[in-house]
Amino acid sequence: MKKNIILLGLAMGCHMAYAQETISPAGPQDKPVYLTNATIHVGNGAVINNGTIAFAKGKITAVGANVPAAGSDATVMDMKGQHVYPGIIAPESKLGLVEFESVRATIDAREVGEINPSVRSIIAYNADSKVINTLRSNGILLAQVTPEGGIVSGVSSVVQLDAWNWEDAAYKTDNALHFFMPGLLPQGGGRGAGAAGAAGDRLKAAMDQIETVRTFFREAKAYQQEAKHSATNLKFESMRALFNKEQKLFIHCNLVKEMLIAIDFAKEFKADVTIVGGADAWLIADILKQNNVPVVLTQPHSLPVMQDDDVDQPYKTAALLQKAGVLFCLSNEGFWQQRNLGFEAGTASAYGLSREEALTAVTLNAAKILGIDKTTGSLEMGKDANIAVSTGDMLDMKSSVITKAFIQGREINLDNKQKQLYEKYEKKYGLK
Amino acid sequence: MKRAFEKPAMALLSRCVSYALLRYRSPLMLAALLATGSFARAQETFPVNGIADPREGCFAFTHATIVKDAQTTVQNATLVIRDGKIVDAGTGVVVPKDAVVLDCKGKYIYPSLVDIYSSYGLSDAKRSGSAWNAAPQFLSNTKGAYGWNQAIRSEVNAVDLFAADDGKARPLREAGFGTVLSQQPDGIARGTATLVTLANSKENKVILRERAAAVYSFDKGTSTQNYPSSLMGSIALLRQTYLDAQWYKSQPAKEGVNLSLQAWNANQQLPQVFEAADKWDVLRADKIGDEFGVQYIIKASGNEYQRIAEMAATKAAFILPLNFPGAIDMEDPGDARFVSLAEMKHWEMAPAEPAAFEKANIPFCLTAVDLKDVKQFMANVRKAITYGLSEQKALEALTKTPATLLKAYDKVGSLEAGKLANFLITSGPLFSEKTILYQNWVQGNRYVIKADGWNDIRGIYTVTLTPGNSYSVEVRGTPSAPLLSVLQKDTLPGRIDVNDKLVSMSLPLAKNSKNSIRLSGIIGDNGWTGTGADTSGNLIRWNAVFVKTAPEKADSVKPTEVAALGPLLYPFNGYGWEKLPKQEDLLIKNATVWTSEKDGKLENTDVLIRNGKIAQIGKSLSAGNARVIDGTGKHLSAGIIDEHSHIAISRGVNESSQSVTSEVRIADVLNPDDVNIYRQLSGGVTASHLLHGSANAIGGQSQLIKLRWGQNAEDLKVANWDPFIKFALGENVKQSNWGERNTVRFPQTRMGVEQIYTDAFTRARDYERQGAGKRRDLELDALVEILHQKRFITCHSYVQSEINMLMHVADSFHFRVNTFTHILEGYKVADKMKAHGAGAGTFADWWAYKMEVQDAIPYNAAIMNGVGVVTAINSDDAEMARRLNQEAAKTIKYGGLSEEEALKLVTINPARLLHVDNRMGSIKVGKDADVVLWSDNPLSIYAKAEKTIVDGIVEFDRDNDLQLRKRIATERNRLTQQLLAEKKKGTPTQKAGFVADEMYHCEDLQGGHQTAIGD
Repeated sequence: MKKNIILLGLAMGCHMAYAQETISPAGPQDKPVYLTNATIHVGNGAVINNGTIAFAKGKITAVGANVPAAGSDATVMDMKGQHVYPGIIAPESKLGLVEFESVRATIDAREVGEINPSVRSIIAYNADSKVINTLRSNGILLAQVTPEGGIVSGVSSVVQLDAWNWEDAAYKTDNALHFFMPGLLPQGGGRGAGAAGAAGDRLKAAMDQIETVRTFFREAKAYQQEAKHSATNLKFESMRALFNKEQKLFIHCNLVKEMLIAIDFAKEFKADVTIVGGADAWLIADILKQNNVPVVLTQPHSLPVMQDDDVDQPYKTAALLQKAGVLFCLSNEGFWQQRNLGFEAGTASAYGLSREEALTAVTLNAAKILGIDKTTGSLEMGKDANIAVSTGDMLDMKSSVITKAFIQGREINLDNKQKQLYEKYEKKYGLK
Repeated sequence: MKRAFEKPAMALLSRCVSYALLRYRSPLMLAALLATGSFARAQETFPVNGIADPREGCFAFTHATIVKDAQTTVQNATLVIRDGKIVDAGTGVVVPKDAVVLDCKGKYIYPSLVDIYSSYGLSDAKRSGSAWNAAPQFLSNTKGAYGWNQAIRSEVNAVDLFAADDGKARPLREAGFGTVLSQQPDGIARGTATLVTLANSKENKVILRERAAAVYSFDKGTSTQNYPSSLMGSIALLRQTYLDAQWYKSQPAKEGVNLSLQAWNANQQLPQVFEAADKWDVLRADKIGDEFGVQYIIKASGNEYQRIAEMAATKAAFILPLNFPGAIDMEDPGDARFVSLAEMKHWEMAPAEPAAFEKANIPFCLTAVDLKDVKQFMANVRKAITYGLSEQKALEALTKTPATLLKAYDKVGSLEAGKLANFLITSGPLFSEKTILYQNWVQGNRYVIKADGWNDIRGIYTVTLTPGNSYSVEVRGTPSAPLLSVLQKDTLPGRIDVNDKLVSMSLPLAKNSKNSIRLSGIIGDNGWTGTGADTSGNLIRWNAVFVKTAPEKADSVKPTEVAALGPLLYPFNGYGWEKLPKQEDLLIKNATVWTSEKDGKLENTDVLIRNGKIAQIGKSLSAGNARVIDGTGKHLSAGIIDEHSHIAISRGVNESSQSVTSEVRIADVLNPDDVNIYRQLSGGVTASHLLHGSANAIGGQSQLIKLRWGQNAEDLKVANWDPFIKFALGENVKQSNWGERNTVRFPQTRMGVEQIYTDAFTRARDYERQGAGKRRDLELDALVEILHQKRFITCHSYVQSEINMLMHVADSFHFRVNTFTHILEGYKVADKMKAHGAGAGTFADWWAYKMEVQDAIPYNAAIMNGVGVVTAINSDDAEMARRLNQEAAKTIKYGGLSEEEALKLVTINPARLLHVDNRMGSIKVGKDADVVLWSDNPLSIYAKAEKTIVDGIVEFDRDNDLQLRKRIATERNRLTQQLLAEKKKGTPTQKAGFVADEMYHCEDLQGGHQTAIGD
């Protein structure tokens, strides 16, 4: 079928990129599906060898080694030798908000102003972004789409990656408010010598900004106490969900002092706080654990913060958090880069996580942190059938080949613009 | 003419002041007047307003300890001066009858110090106009018949700008200086410096040599011109200017008058001084000097002790600053985390720099120039002495050495007949902490630095009261701050105040008595005498007679144990070596060997490494003397070669100022200290091709290095290598993403890019045809090399049209484009590339970061490889380079390459692209022993490099790495404790904080840096 589309495109003299436009979202799951004889990685640490997973109407109906045989109405797919995983979740993404990083007209990730809690990313999410399909074909099936301008940048939503439009894509709308904490990195090298100096001023400015946010939160909270206002404040109004704990507070920061302030925020506002970044989280893993503050950990494929740091520090930070019992998931910068999220988990596994813990770090843990674990993140009965199938270990690029994927039980088209260009030129050079 | 009248006017003014003084008798102002005792001798041509007052200024200083120079000290000697010059110094010197005699008994006389690096009397150069967002400036803004580049200021002579400034001279004199070499520190060629004294006289008299030295640096200073925008550009500019100046000697009609080049040539006769910004800059400067037969005197930065062997090898004389780094405040452990061990170690070791130079027998001077406060100078010399510098060497470094380097030792630098009367009178050895500098005489003019204590009144006296008793009184303390006590059964502390010849004292007569005898009087040459009041208030008379000197403890600066300092590290970084590792013979036994050759993957195989080469591959090899490394269950591959890297580069990866900059060379700006060398060794990288950035169509010359951790820049380079150069196409070259002001530089379109190449190669071809006597042009030389296939191109490229274009240009000039890098649409023109003979170095899966990568696909490498283009996967990124094996593995996923083929993309294929496949890139007998022992299949995300071996040297070892981590922790703690102790002692500290490591991608225009947390 796909080949036909390509040929048609050629015949019509279209630019190949147009073929991408015919990759349609799948319709609702109409028949039960059974994936049999598979190695099933549940996402919660369990592995079922030679197992079956069954799902109908988008929900997982059975999973295990001894699932009763499918009825005649079901589609049975023999997955012998293949691995079945929960779909990977990108917990922090500009996907659909940016198409080309250097082209301003294609960037919808940063709004003007420092405090914009009423700005909502879901509004701008472009379900037709060419990038989305390149993520799905690597097993990434859900993403939290995050605005990132100013200090309080707005509200993110979780989207599923097979949609006609943003309403269709919304998986959990307005799940978290985002606070990009001003950096508290002290500047050295003789700068700011003496007590005051420029460095002192910079830190002071950062602390002042943080205080401004704190004050804003206090005022917003007070505003909620009174039902009637002569002038409606949309910014304050938009904070209601946060104070009702229907919305999480994601605080983006990396350094110890910044994280301590984030924890303090959590206490004062009794908010459901998550740290995003956490490059130095390994230094206060115990404190994070005590305060039950989860971390969306910056990608393992980063350079160490300091030249004296262990050369593999970013690779092993995940394992240190795991050991301390901190709830964390792994992230990956940007949007197009996020097709590599599984491999970030692979690296975390090479440096201390077990393979299944590494998988959890990009599936179930991410779901918990984003507040969607009731419906996804693992292959458990009753959850959405968000499933990726790979011929080999999905966390290792040398063996990860995604052959099938399902979002809410719908088998999605794994084609993408890049595969199409590949096929076009394979054909040109007679490589196939 | 105007100036001529200023001096008499001043004289008139000062007379008014003296008149005022006589009336008000302010002792303070009187002292000020004395402090600048002026023996002004009028200039012949200057009219005198008033009565001529000619004086010869003949003085004799007797009974002094005269330190004529660092080697010669004469006791009980006499110094005679006249007319601002030394008549004689030594013993048996005849005191002229007309000499004013000053008894210097107990005092020392030294030559005044010489600072060879100063900007005294010169105002700072000002950066003219040009806002930060101004349009590009291609040519110099300097008006007049000068050269094209604003940073070449050879025509500037400090002597023309020099204006004596006693306000600035005074603190220098107070620090002991009498003569300075003064320059306006601005630009790459800074013109000439002038040698002047610090006398408070008219400029005409203080200038000793109008043009005493020519000065250079790598810093373009206030130049608003775009070129050069990088360190390598500065170096290229210097190099080209040497050539241009040589050519200009033939008076080429085409050039017309070029005063900058004219001055440059004239300046070559002078001592050549070069300011270096760090230890590697020293070597960079020296290398340029070597190329043009110039031996610079090098102004150092303070971290040269880290590479003292290399410093010695320059054969240069050095000027060492004494602005040792301040202690860092480590009180806040959160902030202390961001202080690197290297920074702490530098704090610890920097004061040992002069001692290190002395030990290595490298000639050097000391300078006060970089000190925030020149008052700190003597204290810092003393600090250097406590860190091992000898006092003798210190004196030499401040007298004879600078004077000799400036060819002015006939004038200053020692106390010998005929030299200037520039000398210091002190209370003791110059560098001792308690020594008082009383007077600094410059050109026969006396400048009193400290009047108090000139008469050393310390000793035991008998004070006799009339009426009353006699008391034994001891005067202790320092000559300028004496303390008094009455010696009875108990020693009773009293009080003494001395003001020149006036004295007042209080003598307690009993312990805890509130009443004292109060005395006031004069210190006469024949004893002390005066009036006073006894405890009852009765008027009394008194006198005091000197009995004997009180014994004083010997006072000198003692070197601390140098062993107390931590070890030097190579490079100077937490992960550096204490001792550079040696080549070893190694036998890796029983590994899975990925040969990247026809042999493919060999199971259970041994590889023998001898003399840095792969000696044998086989089963059950005998070790002989080789160290055996068990490879059971492990994988051995050739070292990874990163065809596109920007690590280990100093101060700019892009000379972005012009569209053609083939004259700049990455080879000039290597930074062997970059920690990313070590980090990448930990990822199995053994060689990196360091490229110029992609900001212009013809960028700079590149450099292939091996990751030899701890070696210097020269030793990082791969020898006998076909040289390469970076070209670039597309958005960066046409400045598409540089903002609205950058729409001026040609080209702004891909059409223009083609014309840039056609023009450049046409110029190169015409240039080559020119006959003898042509101006050598380094930019065109590099292009001529390309035309002759002696230099090879690696070209940053994205879209098919431009790739196609460059191959056409190359074809029309009959050369080949060796490599296209990035080449994300290479898959669209792979057949054309193959036909042309171009190779490809690409990314595994990058796209969507800008418009020109909209069609980039991760199957690119597989397609090009499949078509038969030599294809490599490279990084352009310090982080990704640590896992290039994984990036290569993505081609298994995207395009279905076999594991062995995939590995070749980062081993033998880049070696082929770089023309080193005959010696690198695979495991084959006879090739360089650049290999990696992996814990797992090297294409797997789970594989770790356990050992990375370069030339048979184990450069990275995962077990050793654990030891280094412990050492870093121990050293950090040791130094943190020292710094905390320093703060506790009350030493002023600077804030602890983060200093970003230099780090680049090919699009970075100026300061690249680590992005993790610094943004």
